[in-house]
Amino acid sequence: MANEVCFRTLHLDEPWTLESYLSVGGYQSLKKILTEKIPADDIIEQLKISALRGRGGAGFPTGLKWSFMPRQTEGQKYIVCNSDEGEPGTCKDRDILRYNPHQLIEGMAIAGYCIGADTGYNYIRGEFWEPYSRFDNALKEAREAGYLGDKLFGTDFNFELHSHLGGGAYVCGEETALLESIEGKKGQPRFKPPFPAGFGLYGKPTTINNTETLASVPVIVEKGGQWFLEHGKPDNGGTKIFAVSGNVKRPGNYEIDMGTPFSELLEMCGGMKDGYKLKAVIPGGSSSPVIPGDQMMDVTMDYDGIQAAGSMLGSGAVIILDDKVCMVNALARLSHFYQEESCGQCTPCREGTGWLSRIMHRIEHGHGKQEDLDLLDKVAGDIMGRTICALGEAASMPVKGFLKHYRDEFQYHIDHKKCMVGAGSK
Amino acid sequence: MPQANNELINAASRVDIDQWVAKYPADQKQSAVMAALRIVQDQNGGWLTTALMDAVADYLDMDKIHVYEVATFYSMYEHKPVGKHKICVCTNISCMVCGSGEIVEHLEDKLDIKMGGTTEDNRFTLKEVECLGACSGAPMIQIGENYYENLDAERIDKILDELK
Amino acid sequence: MVTIEINGQQVEAEQGQMLIEAADKAGIAIPRFCYHKNLSISASCRMCLVEVEKAPKPMPACATPVADGMVVNTQSTYALAAQKSVMEFLLINHPLDCPVCDQGGECDLQEFSIGYGDDKSRYAEIKRVVKDKNIGPLVATELTRCIHCTRCVRFGQEIAGMRELGATGRGDWMEIGTYISKSVDSELSGNIIDLCPVGALTSKVSRFTYRVWELASNDSISAHDCVGSNCNVQTKNGEIKRVIARENDAINDAWISDRDRYSFEGLQSDERLTTPMIKKEGKWAEASWDDALQFAVNGLKDIDDKTQIGAICSPSASTEEMYLLQKMMRGIGSNNIDHRLRQSDFSAQDQDPVFPGLGMSVADISAQQAVLVIGSNVRKEQPIMGHQLRQASLNGANISFVNPVDFDFNFNVAHAFTIAPSHIFKELKVLAKATLENSLSAAPGGLAALVSSVKVTDEHKQCITELSEADNSVVMLGTLIQAMPNYASIRMLASYIADATNSTLSYLSPGANTAGAYLSGLLPNRTHVSQATSTNTDGLNTQAMLNANLKAYLLYGIEAERDLDKPVQAVNALNNAQFVVSLSAFVTDAIKAHSDVILPVAAMTESSGTLINAAGSWQSFTAVSKAKGLSKPGWKVLRVMGNLFNIGGFDYQSSEDVINELKSEGQSETSKSSNQISWMCPENISAQTSDVQRIAELPIYNVDAVTRRATALQQTQDAQVDCARINSALAKKLKLEESQPVTAKQGDNTADVTISIDDRITDNCVYLPAGNVAASSLGGGFDAIELLSKS
Ligand SMILES: Cc1cc2nc3c(=O)[nH]c(=O)nc-3n(C[C@H](O)[C@H](O)[C@H](O)COP(=O)(O)O)c2cc1C
Ligand code: SF4
Ligand code: FES
Repeated sequence: MANEVCFRTLHLDEPWTLESYLSVGGYQSLKKILTEKIPADDIIEQLKISALRGRGGAGFPTGLKWSFMPRQTEGQKYIVCNSDEGEPGTCKDRDILRYNPHQLIEGMAIAGYCIGADTGYNYIRGEFWEPYSRFDNALKEAREAGYLGDKLFGTDFNFELHSHLGGGAYVCGEETALLESIEGKKGQPRFKPPFPAGFGLYGKPTTINNTETLASVPVIVEKGGQWFLEHGKPDNGGTKIFAVSGNVKRPGNYEIDMGTPFSELLEMCGGMKDGYKLKAVIPGGSSSPVIPGDQMMDVTMDYDGIQAAGSMLGSGAVIILDDKVCMVNALARLSHFYQEESCGQCTPCREGTGWLSRIMHRIEHGHGKQEDLDLLDKVAGDIMGRTICALGEAASMPVKGFLKHYRDEFQYHIDHKKCMVGAGSK
Repeated sequence: MPQANNELINAASRVDIDQWVAKYPADQKQSAVMAALRIVQDQNGGWLTTALMDAVADYLDMDKIHVYEVATFYSMYEHKPVGKHKICVCTNISCMVCGSGEIVEHLEDKLDIKMGGTTEDNRFTLKEVECLGACSGAPMIQIGENYYENLDAERIDKILDELK
Repeated sequence: MVTIEINGQQVEAEQGQMLIEAADKAGIAIPRFCYHKNLSISASCRMCLVEVEKAPKPMPACATPVADGMVVNTQSTYALAAQKSVMEFLLINHPLDCPVCDQGGECDLQEFSIGYGDDKSRYAEIKRVVKDKNIGPLVATELTRCIHCTRCVRFGQEIAGMRELGATGRGDWMEIGTYISKSVDSELSGNIIDLCPVGALTSKVSRFTYRVWELASNDSISAHDCVGSNCNVQTKNGEIKRVIARENDAINDAWISDRDRYSFEGLQSDERLTTPMIKKEGKWAEASWDDALQFAVNGLKDIDDKTQIGAICSPSASTEEMYLLQKMMRGIGSNNIDHRLRQSDFSAQDQDPVFPGLGMSVADISAQQAVLVIGSNVRKEQPIMGHQLRQASLNGANISFVNPVDFDFNFNVAHAFTIAPSHIFKELKVLAKATLENSLSAAPGGLAALVSSVKVTDEHKQCITELSEADNSVVMLGTLIQAMPNYASIRMLASYIADATNSTLSYLSPGANTAGAYLSGLLPNRTHVSQATSTNTDGLNTQAMLNANLKAYLLYGIEAERDLDKPVQAVNALNNAQFVVSLSAFVTDAIKAHSDVILPVAAMTESSGTLINAAGSWQSFTAVSKAKGLSKPGWKVLRVMGNLFNIGGFDYQSSEDVINELKSEGQSETSKSSNQISWMCPENISAQTSDVQRIAELPIYNVDAVTRRATALQQTQDAQVDCARINSALAKKLKLEESQPVTAKQGDNTADVTISIDDRITDNCVYLPAGNVAASSLGGGFDAIELLSKS
């Protein structure tokens, strides 16, 4: 079974409308919680049982995160959704916004109820004009139907939700950069502590979750934590959307049970396109270390499974690299990305990403030196663990991964000043 | 003290900006700066001038330098004139693997400009961008507000022909 | 208190403190670039990474709060590896131009790189180059050297209160600058030079004129306002090359004003007087010290009636100089001694406090919860006092102003009562009435009747409520109010408001040493031993001396046409006198025109002495630079003159002898002002409403002879005050336009000025500052004025 959670409207004609959403039982979870006055702690407990982990990349247990909020204390609090979706390879949140926006709205309202927030913001990346319009339209529908606003379902729970559009900066996906961005500033991550649960948006306690995380909540509330958990593995609950890109026959978003073997996922995608062979997989978005294809065939698609293989599930973006891909070229492109996207505030990332990218550019263009290979590894190592946010790690891990598995291709570039694969630089 | 010319922001843009301002707490007007910059950029044919940024600063009670910081941090703001249609080509990993190289070549040939350039008739600007979050539709481009996915040379020709 | 362990050493720290603060206190050095104790934490340079037991990653000491039992190592292999890698990252894009960099020798980057950097860079790529920008006359930029610590940006935002610099762009193409070409105009801008840990921001004034290791570093005191900021004056071969801030948490934190930083340039002016000069039969000639001193003394001795001699002294002279000057004058038989150059109402001088001061420390100002400032553009007059008020405001204080101009402040103004000088007394009556209505005590005699006809508004009430409800509050009299015609009456009401709202009455005083002048008896109505009236105290004040057309004058550190109110009248009195002695560091045609002998006295930095600031802190300084030519410290000149007059008691070996004598005769460093004035109901004054009135502020870079000659300061935006400002209503009434040339006329005195339209000026007033060239041909600072268009 697929598409049971975030994509549960996908089979319908206009899946994004309120009507469609109501037809699959939409807003019933919110209604139940409010009218039956289910205590927030009970819902959080269900989330903990469900083993829902953050779908934005870090995989932090969602129930635990919500429990950090100072719910009992007076004052403004916020729930913020992260629809910045900028990690190369990742394109799942876009489809949630496009095809099932109401489920996200319901999820955010439930989150607001649980953490004591009456206001939410959904940070949508600036390029997502169509998804933003769909979402904003859904907000309008929800408001008109009484699912947003004051005194929902006649209770004294108020909840208002707004979208905020980004302006083109990957780093704004980092949760505190995102908050800065909503505050009308450059998206520069904050040093933590203090954490958003204590000092978040406008200095108020704030919870930030990924789109997919929040959109999963209504179904968990409806069907129970246990149901969700059983779709995955212990500690790796639920279904997960895997965004598959690359030269497979049917690239796309697949919402499947956590723990599904990669080989099955590949099959769902119709296998490799004709004329292409599987070479390697970046299993969790561009910052997760690459894994050689044959090794990948034995991996199950869940946090622990991919970690055991030396990489990360991350955002669930599965980038298929085929036999025509030059690994030097691929890493050079990624390094360029991180150089472009570093926010520039902390030294190791600002200087290190540029350095990595310049070395990679040289190697790719046949000006590599033997020392460069060790230097790459060392510069990547010097960034890791020393930056304000995880963009530093994100930039370094691919370098380490590519070097570990494909050092021979780098060596070939240095020795022969050209590409081993032939399909190298265009 | 020289005041930025508020008149630069036209009435329709103001209405639009005010709608954004209303989303944030009353003492957090500056949260609307990104929206305001996008709105005045659209009003101005796709790029920002210093005068427009100053006008936004004025409109939202912000320091000018703060607005400059925001406007130069985010990649969707343009500081030089662009063509009527800004074609953003993703060349990041998924698109690259699926042939964005050829897409770039084709566009450059067809429009007879390089990446970053604008055609002489000011109709098209080519811009290389980072991942746009449509990777399973690679290779892809964005023109204006629209995404175009699963491209090849032929589709691109059709798309460009249909643009006014 | 918590106990932590750093490098095996037990360190006590306060809860909530960051590791780096605790380490700094304990004297354990942790390298840093972005951290500065007076700025917010950015934790971005990562230079301060240290090992914290149980932490998964190296932690930035500047942003890691201490916790009891924390075990920290700042020098373990693990910590050093992190610090070293940060150093390497910083250096890859940093130019290797130390030999031509002004920061060379005191560059944090250079210093740490000796400790951490590798000899050979592994960076083989092209270095980043940043195009330079002109950000004004004071600060030079070399932004290729910038390491993005953002101290300068945070300074602008947090301290200067003007966000002028920013970091535009992102990633490794992020740049510090103003983005558009624009000067940085804050009156505190030079502090970013001190803050910049590398050579990206340096002083435009002194650049390329020294290498750091050639400089001798000397602690000193700033001498341009009553704050007495602590500074460090650095010299090469006895010539001042630069002035930087010296930390003093009770006064100026880590900052000094641009005036205190850049005024020294004036000391190198061509107008410095290098040798004594005598005028004989209308001709000026250089003279030896002996001849000149004898000539001066003889000239004064020739005046039979010694009460026909008057001495007028700069309020920025040292306490020693002031003390000796009044001692000499009283010794020869005249009490005509004053330092109050612009005051016009002396009627209540016998009620003056021991010295007009804050009644608290400078830093205490930042702890006030409500402040009412009367007659002051404090931000430009005493920039550091402005800084303290801004800190108070950021801490939530309500700060209100009664002013003739709606001056720009870099903090929130709770209430601005902007009103013409002639109406300020009435405004104070309103505030006094609001106070009375708010107060539980009975009205002091006559007050109720005095204020019976005025109407209190909610805003006045609010302002008074804020004062009375605050635990710490101040009613502050600024230098503008002290120069106004109704000063005594206004002060009486201010004093009542302060008393009744349980606020401190504070004074901001002109010059650097008004407190010293009061304490040393440089006043016609009291000596250094008598706080109020006593014998030898029947002298004339400045205005009276000039009105009386005395036979002889002694000017000490004064440029008459610039420093005195009613300059034309003042210069006339000097011209008509039989004999004028000028003790001055500068010589100009104007000084020559009205003097008979000019004695070159050394500038403050070339002499030793003591300044007493508005908080009553006695701060002594020593000579740090070489006296120009033959000029001599003022106290030495006065010592010789005292001896030539045979007064006795002028045998001082050093300036310390002088100050010690003052102390032994009753003034102590702890003499504090209570500032309380006993109530005497002022008479009612009704303002004449028809005349257009002048407002004469003394602009920031026109306060004294040295500042006026500091060329870079004179190029700043703040120095561009050569115009007559009026609001648009008055412009309309007088049919005047922006930039129109007009003749300003006060009685028989006229000056050519251009109009600038500025709606911060109150109705029916012309803002035409004192101290500049145009003003020297005009009349009283707050007298009636006409503007005649020149067709
Ligand atoms: C550089 C960087 C980029 C990120 N981009 C995204 C993103 O686009 N979307 C997202 O949901 N989380 C992103 N994250 C993760 C967020 O910081 C955060 O962990 C997440 O939004 C939390 O939600 P979750 O717990 O539901 O996953 C990013 C993190 C980093 C360091
Ligand atoms: S790691 Fe990079 S993106 Fe993150 S704060 Fe540092 S410079 Fe900015
Ligand atoms: S001093 Fe701590 S990070 Fe800069």
